[in-house]
Amino acid sequence: MPENPTLVQRLLRHQLLWPVLALVALLVINVVATPTFLNIRMQDGHLYGNVVDIVRNSAPVMLVALGMTLVIATRGIDLSVGAIAAISAAVACTRIVGAGDEAALTTAVMACTYALIACIALGAWNGFLVSVLRIQPIIATLILMVAGRGISMAITDGQITTPNNGWFSDLASGFVLTLPLAFIIALVVFALTAVLTRRTALGMLIEAVGINPEASRLAGVRSRTITWTVYTFSGLCSGIAGLVIAANTNSVNANSLGLWIELDAILAVVIGGTSLAGGRFSLTGTFIGAIFIATLARTIPNIGIPSEVNYLFKAIVVIAVCLLQSSRARSVFRRHRSVTPGPAVPVAKGIAA
Amino acid sequence: MLKRTLIAASAISLSAFALTACGSDDDGGGGAEGSDDKITMGFAQVGAESGWRTANTISIQEEAEAQGIELKFTDAQGKQENQISAIRSYIQQKVDVIAFSPVVETGWDAVLQEAKAAGIPVILTDRAVDSEDTSLYETFLGSDFVLEGERAGEWLVENAGEADTNGDGTINVIQLEGTTGAAPAIDRAEGFATAIAADPSIEVTASQTGDFTRDGGKQVMEAFLQADDTIDVVYAHNDDMGLGAIEAIEAAGLEPGKDIKIITVDAVKDGMQALADGKINFIVECNPLLGPQLMELAKAVVAGEEVEPRIVTEETTFTQEQAKEALPDRQY
Repeated sequence: MPENPTLVQRLLRHQLLWPVLALVALLVINVVATPTFLNIRMQDGHLYGNVVDIVRNSAPVMLVALGMTLVIATRGIDLSVGAIAAISAAVACTRIVGAGDEAALTTAVMACTYALIACIALGAWNGFLVSVLRIQPIIATLILMVAGRGISMAITDGQITTPNNGWFSDLASGFVLTLPLAFIIALVVFALTAVLTRRTALGMLIEAVGINPEASRLAGVRSRTITWTVYTFSGLCSGIAGLVIAANTNSVNANSLGLWIELDAILAVVIGGTSLAGGRFSLTGTFIGAIFIATLARTIPNIGIPSEVNYLFKAIVVIAVCLLQSSRARSVFRRHRSVTPGPAVPVAKGIAA
Repeated sequence: MLKRTLIAASAISLSAFALTACGSDDDGGGGAEGSDDKITMGFAQVGAESGWRTANTISIQEEAEAQGIELKFTDAQGKQENQISAIRSYIQQKVDVIAFSPVVETGWDAVLQEAKAAGIPVILTDRAVDSEDTSLYETFLGSDFVLEGERAGEWLVENAGEADTNGDGTINVIQLEGTTGAAPAIDRAEGFATAIAADPSIEVTASQTGDFTRDGGKQVMEAFLQADDTIDVVYAHNDDMGLGAIEAIEAAGLEPGKDIKIITVDAVKDGMQALADGKINFIVECNPLLGPQLMELAKAVVAGEEVEPRIVTEETTFTQEQAKEALPDRQY
């Protein structure tokens, strides 16, 4: 059917095919383990179920990964996101605890505003180091990755700070139109990012900087401003993520809040098909990647993986997904199968067709 | 690319920690020479992962000051490699005594040998190490975690009738474990398992690590609540995970303490408050105020006196009524 490069063929070539398949496979495993896994019911006026928990818990990683996607598209990396999240949470929680009226809406709004301003400043600092001083992104953001934990420890005096503010807590536990607010926040940031990068030239400029900063500069792209902007944006996203994480348990623990979230975020970006070498990026891919990571976290207790091997399980799943995504690994696998005699041959042909 | 990035990142972070270690080296040397008769103690703390740990840190810092012991304190942020490099820097600084709470049980022999070779006595606090060679440390001051687990299990056996919240004749227990490989997580699970063996109707149906944090406890509990609607009891290896579980249980529309009974270990302030409020049913105390005993031991060890190889801290348990009474005078 040459006149019809069919829907199936186009789907097979689509870059999001493999992350989506991996996500579906993970869901199937969960449903096999617990047949009621996908059930959703109403509970106290909001939706309740595994899927709802997964999208809610995916919010912090998704927020961080959105900023990370743009940074990686410029051929950079931001390792300081976890530390910035911790600083954001520390600033917000200490302000709420220290406020005159701890439970007021204005207290929560002011505290979050202060926290996000601080995070924008920290993101801008990263951007300054990378774009103006031309420090390698990995080193530039490593500074804040290490120092940021110290800053958040200093802000909270090393104590677990527990704010008591219903509005703040709603950031993670609240529901709007029966959907978790945390996920809606992540969706809004996702939509805004998508509109800004795909409906304007910004996305193309970011990709141009990522592919060749010097050439794009000579072509008239203000690469320095673009780079500076994406790191600032990443700081802001991390800050929002930090607020959501702190609100989830109404507490901030400067040591553990957002620890290793940079790795989860990088993983979400990579699973989504954005290359670490910069250039082309996929926000939808990152979105799916973040959902995938939250689903993986839920899979471990759901299918009863013992604590001792849960990191190993995670690693195996991630390796499997990365191999699926690599076209070279797939072709090696296919060739291997087609030389083995027996019923494997027609099956392989069937897939190739 | 990712791999290279990660290797570079870890190499740099390691060197960054090495640098900070060197930094503290310098000011340490000057301070130690200034006062010869003053005891210098190097203390390598696990981190500040919970309210318990913070209370432990404050107790040690305050008592050191009160007793006139110069304290060099490092926070390993939950990583063994940080703790090892901190201990090495204490050895180089020639402190009089090293004390630390091991992050995990194994992998300490090499660095403890170095301390022994340098003639610096080592005191373990709060957590033990798994080593054949007991001459590597003078004494281990801390709670008996197995006993704590047993106490939690015994309470459940005694209150089995009440604990069967859905009345199906079996008591399904969910266990929220501490950090995998940490002594309190291993021992509290072991002691609990021993104690509940007395009643065949009690069974641990699922067990998963919550890393001793609220967020971890909440996320694991959310998953278990979705997978199983016959949960009667939650046994959390510390208060913070229990507090996280309470949030998950409330979000599921259930009442913690009634629909699902909760047993935790530690008795930090937030946990005691939840116990007094009826959201937790029973807490086994794990006393963090080790400062006074630790400083006494340090003095004895530096003076060359023989000390007992195992010193157990005094601890109790709390029911909801006892928590209401104890709460006003609670220091942490």
